[in-house]
Amino acid sequence: MSPTDPTRTDPAQNDPLLRVSGLNKSFGDNEVLRSIDLNVQAGQVLALVGPSGSGKTTVLRCLNGLERPDAGTVDFSAGPAVTFSEKTTRRQKESLRTRSAMVFQGYNLFPHKTVLQNVTEGPIQVQKRPKAEAIAEAERLLERVGLAEKRDDYPHQLSGGQQQRVGIVRALAQQPSLLLFDEPTSALDPELVGDVLTVIKELAEEGWTMVLVTHELAFAREVADTVVFMDGGVVVEQGPAQEVLRAPKQERTRAFVHRLLNPF
Amino acid sequence: MEMPDIDWQLAIDSFWPLLRGGLTGTIPLTLASFTLGLALALVLALMRIGGSRVLSGIARAYISAIRGTPLLVQLFVIFYGLPSMGLTIDPWPSAIIAFSMNVGGYAAEVIRAAILSVPKGQWEAGYTIGMSRNQALRRLILPQAARVSVPPLSNTFISLVKDTSLASTILVTEMFREAQQIAAFSQEFMLIYVEAAVIYWVFCLVLSTVQDRLERRLDRYVAH
Ligand SMILES: Nc1ncnc2c1ncn2[C@@H]1O[C@H](COP(=O)(O)OP(=O)(O)OP(=O)(O)O)[C@@H](O)[C@H]1O
Ligand SMILES: [Mg+2]
Repeated sequence: MSPTDPTRTDPAQNDPLLRVSGLNKSFGDNEVLRSIDLNVQAGQVLALVGPSGSGKTTVLRCLNGLERPDAGTVDFSAGPAVTFSEKTTRRQKESLRTRSAMVFQGYNLFPHKTVLQNVTEGPIQVQKRPKAEAIAEAERLLERVGLAEKRDDYPHQLSGGQQQRVGIVRALAQQPSLLLFDEPTSALDPELVGDVLTVIKELAEEGWTMVLVTHELAFAREVADTVVFMDGGVVVEQGPAQEVLRAPKQERTRAFVHRLLNPF
Repeated sequence: MEMPDIDWQLAIDSFWPLLRGGLTGTIPLTLASFTLGLALALVLALMRIGGSRVLSGIARAYISAIRGTPLLVQLFVIFYGLPSMGLTIDPWPSAIIAFSMNVGGYAAEVIRAAILSVPKGQWEAGYTIGMSRNQALRRLILPQAARVSVPPLSNTFISLVKDTSLASTILVTEMFREAQQIAAFSQEFMLIYVEAAVIYWVFCLVLSTVQDRLERRLDRYVAH
């Protein structure tokens, strides 16, 4: 679909923050993504679900400029679209990074920096925002995820759930237009999952636009507007969360949803 | 073997010249060579891990040559060899050049391994907050790599303190050359060389303590 496609009719589809079309990515002979099309509407949550190895992480990494797709277009409404080919420069790929911020499965906090420094590193060092302003903003964000008193701790002094909340705050502090979450709770002990999901849900309610890779289907059903089901590097089915997760049309989606909701 | 009488007066009289040789020769030579050597090592390490095959090959050949040849030979090539090609360098600069080049070759591999030991996720976390490769290297990767390199680099440093005694062979007045001169003059070889050995030992003990402290301080942000 091109940005001027006149055939679009659904009014909800009229304000896409991000359009991805024809995304392809291979690692050697392994075709990991095949012609992926996605639209993310401003203020909406898109949940990306699918079995292990289906390419979910790779999609997020392509959106964040961490991986270079072989072909396809990534078009953030606020900036120039990047169409990938052999000739795409590193600079073009990296231009995507300022649009989105990633929350990693394994947190990837900076171990040699305090919680506050983890959060302010990007705003101060990269975005060159005034130090006092960046610190005040970081403190406000830490406060809202309940970690104000941890500002001077080092990451290893925090629980996994606390570390992941810092990871989320670090992403928010970049003031991205899109948040990318890669299985943000899958490395956590079960009793710590709730705190992190609560934060994500609040962000969704606040109107943050996000792409969320998750195996927590109940949570996806609660927060996501759109669900995209991937398998084997292709999008098998996508649509409103309620439809895809409650009444999937495709057999593969049905089997996947059934298996995750009834594990035993 | 007979037990010699120890000439305590000579031991005391020679202590200051020896210590002076250490303070004005051994230590400055070590510090200058180590600093320059580390800078060279960092450049070599970055050449090794950077994208360019040519640069990586040059660095690898250099490191191999340095590690595959005796330090004494490197020292002689620079001080006694270069003049025959029309390039004469004084003893002190010759020694600093030779030791820096040597430290560079050894420390490069340490630094390279330390950089590679930092998880890939740290680079990516840097990229996702908008950092360039250089920024991520400088602000995230090198500080973490430094922590890992402190123990092996401390060992390189301590070895260098002892290796600087080789500079006596190219006429640099450091502690060991001082010892040779006093010994030749007094003919008390055992006493003077053991005394010099003790002073080297004390230097190294002090450095080991500093190393321990440094490691403990750098440990503070790492989980155990
Ligand atoms: N850097 C890489 N080099 C080679 N192959 C890769 C690389 N990254 C991913 N792959 C392959 O790409 C495929 C998709 O991986 P991806 O991590 O995107 O899946 P996923 O849907 O996120 O899976 P999971 O649910 O297990 O996280 C897998 O077959 C994986 O082995
Ligand atoms: Mg994944």
